[in-house]
Amino acid sequence: MLNFTIRQLGAELAARRVSSVEIARYFLQRATRLGKAFNAFITLDEEKTLTQARAADALIATGKAGPLTGIPVAHKDIFCAEGWRTTCGSKMLENFIAPYDAHVIGRCKAAGAVVLGKTNMDEFAMGSSNETSFYGPVRNPWNTEMVPGGSSGGSAAAVAARLAPAATGTDTGGSIRQPAALSGVCGLKPTYGVCSRYGMIAFASSLDQAGPFAKTAEDLALLLDAMAGFDARDSTSLERVPEDYARDLEKPIKGLRIGLPRELFAEGMAPDVAKAVDTALAEFRKLGCEPVEVSLPNMRLAVPVYYVLAPAEASSNLARYDGVRYGYRAPEYVDLLDMYKKTRAQGFGAEVKRRILIGTYVLSHGYYDAYYLKAQQLRRLIANDFVAAFRQCDVILGPTSPTTAFKIGEKAADPVQMYLSDIYTIPANLAGLPAMSIPCGFDRQMLPVGLQIIGDYFSEARMLNTAHQYQQATDWHMKMPEDVTS
Amino acid sequence: MALSLDDVARLAHLARIEVEPRDAERMLAHLTGIFRLIEQMQAVDTGGVEPMAHARGVTLRLREDRVTEPDRRAAFQEIAPQVEAGLYLVPKVIE
Repeated sequence: MLNFTIRQLGAELAARRVSSVEIARYFLQRATRLGKAFNAFITLDEEKTLTQARAADALIATGKAGPLTGIPVAHKDIFCAEGWRTTCGSKMLENFIAPYDAHVIGRCKAAGAVVLGKTNMDEFAMGSSNETSFYGPVRNPWNTEMVPGGSSGGSAAAVAARLAPAATGTDTGGSIRQPAALSGVCGLKPTYGVCSRYGMIAFASSLDQAGPFAKTAEDLALLLDAMAGFDARDSTSLERVPEDYARDLEKPIKGLRIGLPRELFAEGMAPDVAKAVDTALAEFRKLGCEPVEVSLPNMRLAVPVYYVLAPAEASSNLARYDGVRYGYRAPEYVDLLDMYKKTRAQGFGAEVKRRILIGTYVLSHGYYDAYYLKAQQLRRLIANDFVAAFRQCDVILGPTSPTTAFKIGEKAADPVQMYLSDIYTIPANLAGLPAMSIPCGFDRQMLPVGLQIIGDYFSEARMLNTAHQYQQATDWHMKMPEDVTS
Repeated sequence: MALSLDDVARLAHLARIEVEPRDAERMLAHLTGIFRLIEQMQAVDTGGVEPMAHARGVTLRLREDRVTEPDRRAAFQEIAPQVEAGLYLVPKVIE
């Protein structure tokens, strides 16, 4: 079962060769044993997981199973799951038991998927290395001295180490794609608005979007089918006819126009990353795709723009953590103001505080136009660049991250160096476009390289088709770290 | 633009986060580096560009004015730091 896809596990379940309880026990045992070494999970709850698995088995017995029935899925600890501790990687929510399900969790449950546990993450999803978690850093299954990427580092590591067949994550500036790349798995951020943000702890609401992690493009499609869907409780949820994201997987991609933005290949990319991406592009040409050079001239401003907009929204969203209605409250204080200040000083980690202060500054009187408004205008220019590019091509290809996984501690002291790790992923968030990362090789240290596929609005099925066809011709996606096979 | 320790203290107060003087220096150094990155935005003329507030052109939906949520007050108060008689307790604010 170790390297089985969702599709394969589903076939085993349908043929009654294995039960959902057996699959759950198998992955729970792995998550408990190896999860500690990688620190991939914050919370496991065997009884809750097995109860769901038993219900799935009962459903399978009636012949009413869907593709996800009985499949264990690990959820990023940013999603509220009723009765589960939901920490968002923060001390602030260390004892927070969610009183309701996020829409994404509810949808997965309705599809019969079993909650395997809650995965580790950067605190409030602010980070690119999973080092800002109050619960300690996640370790990269390919080399435990390295970071797995972030913020959804636990989900990426759990799938990479085969502790879970699939997982959920969220992506505000690259938090699904960058850890997918650094950990050697597949991850997809859908078009903004496809998955409901209800019950997903807010970071930057105009950018936050949920999406799946898995081993294959096909599995991403199956999980996205469940996660996506309209929800009236999220004002930005899109009312669209439900899609079958796997519908185009088998289509040949001959003639597909692949946009190669010159700025994505210009500078800063590690030579090994460039080499792996070039090899992947050669494979796409072999499959009959046509490369087209395109340009995203304002892309270089994406990181500065993001570090105005995301902290501004975060400073507002995180104002709710005041020690009154839920979460941490400082044990000692003299008055209400002091209670707020001490609660927030003790409950938040350094990176979260930094971003709240940046956000407070750019929104403060006299600076709004120079920072926040300016950033919103540049956001428009960046989005317009994509509109122009997609007149010439069907998908955009390039690296997901300028480097492979870096050492734990290497960038922790310099926030700006850490922020630049997301230079290739942030533009799609600003524009609201769907984007994904799939494994496309390794560097000299045997660390995975990720290939990014950015699509036009609502072109997830075409992107998954592109990735699936590549995965039919190559086998990078089925490789796993040697240490986890025992 | 150069930030000062006074700015850090002012922002921390606005954000209701206590910052110890010994941490303020490091915070200032980090924020200064981040704002140096942010200043790159000023290199581009954005005169006349319509600000983009959201990823997609979102129009807010209206809904019927009726009760849709069940009363879950007890469940929500169970996770509060301090409650009494159905009320959230905070330090006294009115003398």
